[in-house]
Amino acid sequence: MSAAGTVARMDGAEDAQRLATEARDRVRFEEDALALADQVYRVARHLANSREDAEELVQETYARAFRSWRSFTPGTNLRAWLLRILTNLNIDRGRRQQRAPQMQPLEANDYYLYDRLAEDGDGPSDEERVVERLSQDDIVTALAEVPHDFRDVVVLVDIGDFSYADAAQILDIPVGTVMSRLHRGRRILKGALAESALEEAEA
Amino acid sequence: MSFIDPCAHCEEMMQPYLDHVLTDAEMAEAEAHLDECEHCRRRYRFEESLRVYVRQATSEQMPAELRQKLSALRIPLE
Repeated sequence: MSAAGTVARMDGAEDAQRLATEARDRVRFEEDALALADQVYRVARHLANSREDAEELVQETYARAFRSWRSFTPGTNLRAWLLRILTNLNIDRGRRQQRAPQMQPLEANDYYLYDRLAEDGDGPSDEERVVERLSQDDIVTALAEVPHDFRDVVVLVDIGDFSYADAAQILDIPVGTVMSRLHRGRRILKGALAESALEEAEA
Repeated sequence: MSFIDPCAHCEEMMQPYLDHVLTDAEMAEAEAHLDECEHCRRRYRFEESLRVYVRQATSEQMPAELRQKLSALRIPLE
């Protein structure tokens, strides 16, 4: 056998080895990504305007993630990596057609919501239980009323439990912008909650 | 003469306080005020409960069909 033949056979063996390693890495990547699907969906559900949009968005995200898994650096934050794909897709989809915002959302002071809920006579007034005057629907509806730029940050930090730094990376904005949007977004959310609480009190 | 309303200042510190991003000095300042101010203390406690409540209200389970659809997107091994 010629020397060249031996080298070719060794190359073949190395290729097979490399392919096997790659296949194993890819399977692991896919399994790790799927294990995070619940958490990704929970964030997507409130970034998107509806359940249907959220489901589509998560599917597109996973389709893209599985295709471009090589660009993920093992050992870094996979959940943040998936959410970065997802927020980019969400923005690309022209989600800007937000449900008719007829009014500028009320941006109350930070204490405003508690003051409104507590001053409203009956029901528990201690601080831990006064939140129970808000229904789950109130929260979901109020969150959907927060304009996207602010909502993205509130959802990532307060629901997705991402740090300011992770949220900044996911949305590709400076940390200072994350902080100011988070602050305003939470105030807008509380303003919307106060409005729905007042409407219910009047009804 | 300028007058700084301590409660207004405390209100401004609430979000960074609950996010644990205040400096030690600011943290001490906020806590000193909270120790003696029932008004702000109640509102801080409310804010904490609200955050927990928002998280609970938004923790919707992923539909089972979606999980299956995602698994089906995996790229088959050759």
